[in-house]
Amino acid sequence: MNTNVKTIILVAALAAVAVVAALAKRSDVYLLTLCSVYLMATFGLNLTVGYAGQMSLGQAAFFGIGAYIAALALKAGVPFFVVVLIAAVVCFFVGLALGFPALRVQHHYLAFATLGFNVLVYLIMRNEEKITGGTFGISGIPRPSLLGFSMEGHLAYFYLTFASLIVLAFLLWWLLRSPWGRAFAALRDNPIRAESLGVNITAYTLLAFAIGAACAGIAGVYYASLVEFIEPGPFHFSTSLMMLLAVIVGGSGRFFGPVIGTVIIILLPELLRASNMEALKFMQKWYLVFFGIAVVVLMVWLPGGILSIGDRFRKGGAK
Amino acid sequence: MGDLIQLLVSGMATGAIYALAALGFTLLWQAAGVINFAQGEFVMLPAFSMLFFIAGGSPLWLAFLLTCVLSMIVLGYGFKRVIVDPLIKHGVIPLVIATLGLSIAVKSIVRAGYSAEAHPFPSPFPTGQFALGGINISYADVGTLVIAGLIVIGLQMFLNKTVTGRAMQAVAQNTEAAKVLGINVKRMVLYVFLINAVLAVVAALLVTPTYLAKFDMGDSIGQKAFFAAIIGGFNQTRGALLGGVLIGILENVVGFYVSPAYKEGVALVLFLAVILFRPEGLLGKSEERKV
Repeated sequence: MNTNVKTIILVAALAAVAVVAALAKRSDVYLLTLCSVYLMATFGLNLTVGYAGQMSLGQAAFFGIGAYIAALALKAGVPFFVVVLIAAVVCFFVGLALGFPALRVQHHYLAFATLGFNVLVYLIMRNEEKITGGTFGISGIPRPSLLGFSMEGHLAYFYLTFASLIVLAFLLWWLLRSPWGRAFAALRDNPIRAESLGVNITAYTLLAFAIGAACAGIAGVYYASLVEFIEPGPFHFSTSLMMLLAVIVGGSGRFFGPVIGTVIIILLPELLRASNMEALKFMQKWYLVFFGIAVVVLMVWLPGGILSIGDRFRKGGAK
Repeated sequence: MGDLIQLLVSGMATGAIYALAALGFTLLWQAAGVINFAQGEFVMLPAFSMLFFIAGGSPLWLAFLLTCVLSMIVLGYGFKRVIVDPLIKHGVIPLVIATLGLSIAVKSIVRAGYSAEAHPFPSPFPTGQFALGGINISYADVGTLVIAGLIVIGLQMFLNKTVTGRAMQAVAQNTEAAKVLGINVKRMVLYVFLINAVLAVVAALLVTPTYLAKFDMGDSIGQKAFFAAIIGGFNQTRGALLGGVLIGILENVVGFYVSPAYKEGVALVLFLAVILFRPEGLLGKSEERKV
């Protein structure tokens, strides 16, 4: 397909989502907003996992840090976009500090470091009641207003989130096409060759990881404002796991891979929950069982994720 | 002082359990290049299996033996054949992801199909404690230490003194050379999976009386096992032991003197410190990179 056709399809798809949102029920708009929020985090994670080839199991920790920064700062009256910037910068530097020791060693060490980090962040959220409200959380988080227009309404807030997601995705796309982004891919494919060609492995990997973390921080700010009440629950490391699986299932290293994965992990369980059919109710209870097994099967048959299915057929189904 | 010694003893007991899970984890990594993110679930499943046999009227020792057999078949042979063998050729990351998926599936099966509650588990040791020079030590801690200690020493003897054990070490050190020397590599790798399955059952027997049998009990044990393995040195079996005991003791000391709320964070801090200053682990040897 040529690039113009692709662009037209993309713009049409985005416009379709915007129109659907305008016609949908309130709860569906909420779900679409939630999806957009998670997509910010998973697009960022795709940079770390898919392009730089690093396993991160701590995306929910950065997501949580962003959300708590948002809760505290928005309630203190700091303007929304300033909060977004603060969250991004904080998560970026925390990511650097965490990734530095881990990335000096082997690649799976980052997985362990981020996993432990997520456990620690969760403990802090739960235990430091003076700041985070502990298990009672923080309520009454305001939604922003923009140029005098209030984003209080669910539809207005969806458009704000959706537009921000598009901007963020565009920035990531641009980054990946820059020489920097090419270096990320070179790293993933053969780190030693990349190093011999003058790419500083540690610096680039660290940068990819920190940018991924910053995206999660930004997502956290939009999340806090969306739900208006946060507590430690959504930032447990099981969320990190689901985010990682969303990236892998969709197709890591493919720009739109996270879209498929995120729809599967966020929308599908909600749709099953909302349905009235007996069979679907059964599916809801067993959803995670099927999901876990599906991940195993997918790894055996299609390790490149759902979006790699085209490549597989093009090669004539050869392994 | 008395407090500190009690903390050390019970910390060592907890640490010995972490070490058992970590030991299986290191063996799998050395011999088969497998990082098993479902290691915690490999401890949780035997706990429920033993409860199941006990509910059927069997005594604890019989339940343990039956579970060992079952675990070797399912978590040893089955895991290797169904998940590891088809995936190992794709490299480490797809396998890691598959074991993550397996961990989610197994936890959800237990939660959706059986129960989300925590179930009490009978202790293999008598309750109560005895005083030794004014220090109270529980029978359970001593029993745990003795059993874990015997298993670790037995495993070391097996690996170092028997022909099969030395062949397994050879496979771990250099698979190609081992093959050239006529060692049946496939069989040795299978043994490692079987040993891992048994170690998980022993860890379940020792840990479940205090942790209770619950679908997510493996989360914490699995994490401690990874950290123990890395802290001690990923390519050394003795390292797993040292790492496990170190985490167990420090958790107890931090929980008592600093804050019980941050006990779970100790392993991470220790891990970061170790990889900053000694990336190969406390007892590990550094590995060459392969192009």
